[in-house]
Amino acid sequence: MPQVRRALNDIMAGAIFVAIGVAFATGSLAYDVGSPLRMGPGYVPLVLGGILVTLGLLVIVKGFIAGTGEPIGEVDWRAVILITAALLFFGVTINGLGVVGALLGSTLLAAFARSATSIREAVIIAVGLTVLSVVIFIVALQLRLPLAGSWIPL
Amino acid sequence: MELFDNLGLGLETAVRLDNLLYCFLGVLLGTAVGVLPGIGPTATIGLLLPITFGLEPVSALIMLAGIYYGAQYGGSTTAILINLPGESSAAVTAIDGHEMAKKGRAGPALAAAAIGSFFAGTVATIVIVLFGPPLAGVALTFGSAEFFSLVVLGLIASITLARGSTIKALAMIVLGLLFGTVGQDIYTGTPRFTFGVRELFDGVNFVSVAVGMFGIAEILRNLEDEKTRKLVTKTITDLWPSREDFRRMTAPILRGTVLGSALGILPGAGHVLASFGAYALEKRVSKHPEEFGHGAIEAVASPESANNAAAQTSFIPLLTLGLPANPVMALMLAGLAIHGISAGPSVIDREPELFWGLIVSMWIGNLFLVLLNLPLIGIWVRMLTIPYRMLYPAIIAFAAIGTYSLAFSAWDVFAIAFFGLLGYGLIKLGCEPAPLLLGFVLGPLLEDHLRRALIISRGDPSIFISRPISAVLLAFAVGAIVIAVLPAIRQKREVVFKEEV
Repeated sequence: MPQVRRALNDIMAGAIFVAIGVAFATGSLAYDVGSPLRMGPGYVPLVLGGILVTLGLLVIVKGFIAGTGEPIGEVDWRAVILITAALLFFGVTINGLGVVGALLGSTLLAAFARSATSIREAVIIAVGLTVLSVVIFIVALQLRLPLAGSWIPL
Repeated sequence: MELFDNLGLGLETAVRLDNLLYCFLGVLLGTAVGVLPGIGPTATIGLLLPITFGLEPVSALIMLAGIYYGAQYGGSTTAILINLPGESSAAVTAIDGHEMAKKGRAGPALAAAAIGSFFAGTVATIVIVLFGPPLAGVALTFGSAEFFSLVVLGLIASITLARGSTIKALAMIVLGLLFGTVGQDIYTGTPRFTFGVRELFDGVNFVSVAVGMFGIAEILRNLEDEKTRKLVTKTITDLWPSREDFRRMTAPILRGTVLGSALGILPGAGHVLASFGAYALEKRVSKHPEEFGHGAIEAVASPESANNAAAQTSFIPLLTLGLPANPVMALMLAGLAIHGISAGPSVIDREPELFWGLIVSMWIGNLFLVLLNLPLIGIWVRMLTIPYRMLYPAIIAFAAIGTYSLAFSAWDVFAIAFFGLLGYGLIKLGCEPAPLLLGFVLGPLLEDHLRRALIISRGDPSIFISRPISAVLLAFAVGAIVIAVLPAIRQKREVVFKEEV
């Protein structure tokens, strides 16, 4: 049923907009909303959240009636998870492990995001990129980042 | 004449040895990263932005601008050689440029792009010199109401040319505006949507948003379907276009330059429209339109000139109004802010050295591009052969370390992951990321002027339509929405995109 599948794309996009709009709008109620004359910190986010919900609903309605757009297509979950993990790993370990450890781990995770890459290849890529990054950022650009972090006793 | 004094000041700044060096470095780095397949100019600038932070503002801006043209030019090299345009404006170049490459005429195609870009860049620089200061003079009379309406117009204009659904593009703008509200409220200092995270008090880092939405999301899409890229390299033998080529590309370069210079000033995706428009125009006026799509040199020369002219003149709204016309300019605006310069009409008066220095360096940058690219083409071709399995982990490593080094905040790195996922999901659902980035950068400005204007008018919203300039700007914004939604024009727009992509 191509018609349904096409519309799904709009409906999901609309749902994301509505969800984020609702989140911001309800969140903004925790702050002082104020009046148009003296707007509080919550005023603009509340209005924008409301607009986003409206637009999201319009996208959903359009998805049900006129379903345009292309099919969503497959999602490569392995890539999605491993690339995200690579970035999170870097953020979590940069202080503890330092640049070398954080980079080794995250580039290794990233290299595995592609299913056709072998273990040997991934290790070579990770080591090579770590060396390259250290040369560029620490040696050439002189960023003051610790090579080894607080978790590593030296 | 004052103009020549100003240009003299600019020249003095731009040819300072250190600035020449940064300009050269910017162009070189920009081209190198831009040539790498799968990274467009926006992600390139996002990735290289941290490098410029240690420099003084003029040098930083000169280098950033160099990175921008370099990336743009590198993108057309990829488009011609492997039919993989880094961004939408290079998509047009790919059509005939790649056909030329397949026929063994990659050299003349690359040369046509370089020469066209250089000529267009020179003319566009003159356009900035002539129109920048008067426009800034007009903008100096603007109050908050006018600036609010101007930002609204800029945001709306960015959707009319985006491909796909108008409502989705509008929603993406609002989404960007909302993410822009994260951080301390400017008037009361109340932290908003920070969940108690101190690092978020200054707001979400724009580099994270740009690198996530344009860099990481793109990687995820590329990994999804690793197309076999056909590199056409062995055939680059004769770089220089023949006399016949020169004869055929002269008029198209002129036409492309005029079209591009005009469209670049408009807020919105001016440079995309410029290259599509130039292609359509050439096809119409050509004596042999049947060659288009099969390697016509006009179809490379004209869109490339238009594209580069527009890229350059899009600095006009940024420098004179503080209004970025596209995501790259949004990054420039944020980059300026980091150096403590708020772009806007007062820049010319307050920072004449920066303004004129940048303008002159644009021309020098374009000169470097020609001098650099034609002889170095062999190196660029070799960079194209770097396999993607090595390239994308490198992008991730550089994104992480570069963004982290901005503020030594792990949250900035987490934000890349967040916006990468969000961008990937939304792109898959048919939403373009560019309006979101513009909304994100302009959000705080919009809120500031809205609140200020309403305080001035004592809460009366009619201030936005009772002041004439503001009313005209808003009328344009409404007109832009009508044009985008109107079915007849919409269809035509889709035909243009379908036919020529």
